[in-house]
Amino acid sequence: MTTLVFLEHHGGAIQKGALGVLARALAVGGDVAGVVVGNGVADVAQSAGAYGVSTVYVVDDPAFEVPLPQPRVDALEAVIAASGAENVLFAASVLSADIAAGLSARLDAGLNWDVTDFSLENGELQAKRPALGDTVVVDVGWTSTPRIALVRSGAFEAVETGGTAAVHPVSVTLQGFSTAARMVDQIQEQASGPSIEDADVIVAGGRGLGSPDGFKLAEELAEALGGAVAATRAVVDAGWYPYSTQVGQTGKSVSPKLYVALGISGAIQHKVGMQNSGTIVAINKDPNAPIFDFADFGIVGDLNQIAPKLAELVRARRG
Amino acid sequence: MKIVVCVKQVPDANAVRRIDATTHRLDRSGEGALNATDVNAVEEALRLKEAHGGEVVVASLGPAKAVDSLRKALAMGADRALLVSDDAAAGSDLVATSYALAKAVEREQADLVLFGQQSSDSDGAVLWAAVADRLRRPLISQVAELSVDGTSVQGKRQTEFGYDVISAPLPAVIAVSDAINEPRYPSLKGIMGAKSKPTETLTLAGIGVEADRVGTSGSRTSVLGLAPPPSKGDQVKIEDDGSAAGSLVDWLAERKLL
Repeated sequence: MTTLVFLEHHGGAIQKGALGVLARALAVGGDVAGVVVGNGVADVAQSAGAYGVSTVYVVDDPAFEVPLPQPRVDALEAVIAASGAENVLFAASVLSADIAAGLSARLDAGLNWDVTDFSLENGELQAKRPALGDTVVVDVGWTSTPRIALVRSGAFEAVETGGTAAVHPVSVTLQGFSTAARMVDQIQEQASGPSIEDADVIVAGGRGLGSPDGFKLAEELAEALGGAVAATRAVVDAGWYPYSTQVGQTGKSVSPKLYVALGISGAIQHKVGMQNSGTIVAINKDPNAPIFDFADFGIVGDLNQIAPKLAELVRARRG
Repeated sequence: MKIVVCVKQVPDANAVRRIDATTHRLDRSGEGALNATDVNAVEEALRLKEAHGGEVVVASLGPAKAVDSLRKALAMGADRALLVSDDAAAGSDLVATSYALAKAVEREQADLVLFGQQSSDSDGAVLWAAVADRLRRPLISQVAELSVDGTSVQGKRQTEFGYDVISAPLPAVIAVSDAINEPRYPSLKGIMGAKSKPTETLTLAGIGVEADRVGTSGSRTSVLGLAPPPSKGDQVKIEDDGSAAGSLVDWLAERKLL
């Protein structure tokens, strides 16, 4: 029984989320292999060995130079055929969701998404999936193979073990419709500082910051804590902060060790993107804000007073 | 240009949502509403029609009462509605739903198939890619800006890293982001007019879908059980009297979070 983990990579580096899924798959057991799809990606494939995987299937073709999903469905189909894999795991991302769903249709293979954990029961993959705004946890399974899962981003930490991987090239025949879409331009819009997927600490700002300028409070506190700045849907829509920092249902799901919410009410759309954080701190002037229902430490008060003081005290404490 | 917008009726945002403990299916007996992000897809279709002419068809798979939600799209300005409604389709997963929906869409021979960003009941944001693969058409998802010329479509796709600008020949499948537009409200005239717009309800057989391709038999995933979410530990909530920042820093330091 082989489990494939799709190792999404950008700029020559495998995504942390994919390495987290790989770590969990290795811990769960069975034969685990990585899949790297790209153009000139031998080094990327090799680098996966350091995360404990001994087999990596590689589909290398100029068609994969840009991050378009449909040709990657063809690639995964070829790797599944070559490996006889029963399980195919993806760390959720904009790109991987489209690949996983396309693959599900291509192979009539079941897809469970939003998975927060998985295990092998009598050798068969099972998973947990929170639903209805995480008010219920659903145990989900598959009724045929291959079984495909999209794992919620940030669900697992990458574990560096050292080691080397044997690389197995797989050739692919691309479908005509898969290569019909064409990348015209790619525009990087990364916020300064660490990206929110990789950060152990996130300071997130909402409407309660009052204005785009108010984000300076979040930035100052994030800098003191050594963390990244995130934003709610409302302030991204209002143009206060870039979309790449948006946390929530229509943005990213994150699970840092510490999540500090400044002026965020905690609407369900935001909650689903951050409630898996290790520790949640909320500062809000509204004592009835829903975020206090799920914050570990809540302060009711004025952000303009509290946030700068907090940053100062953190700086003093951290030296 | 003919545009099909795939939409879904979901439980109303104000309704209490529950999964039936016996059937493991979402209880859809309460008030239903047109899925919020599907409204952005309807709006985008209407704007394209206003700019380029053509026809906007809203298509859905769901219970008979889903026609109420389709009527909202008609009130906004869509030309006609197609509902595929069949008891056999209940409990369909992605494999089954994408198969049936692709059959319904195929029948319309559209130039453009539009989807909204995410269904609020299943949190699914995957259906478009499965349907695009079944239709064997190019796909652009998470589209925050869309433009069409005679033979191709160009979309600005939001990613974790910024934007990708992607072009695809028609016919194509597009999933729009909810940042793409601010949907219009149906006018009174639109609401009145919706009642006389064509609404077609078909069974699965009517779109050429075999009964064993949908529902439980056509699905490839299963629900094994339900459990309450893990509970939170002790929570602290204080009102700031000038010392809250200090208390928080002590609390974080104790937990080695600094």
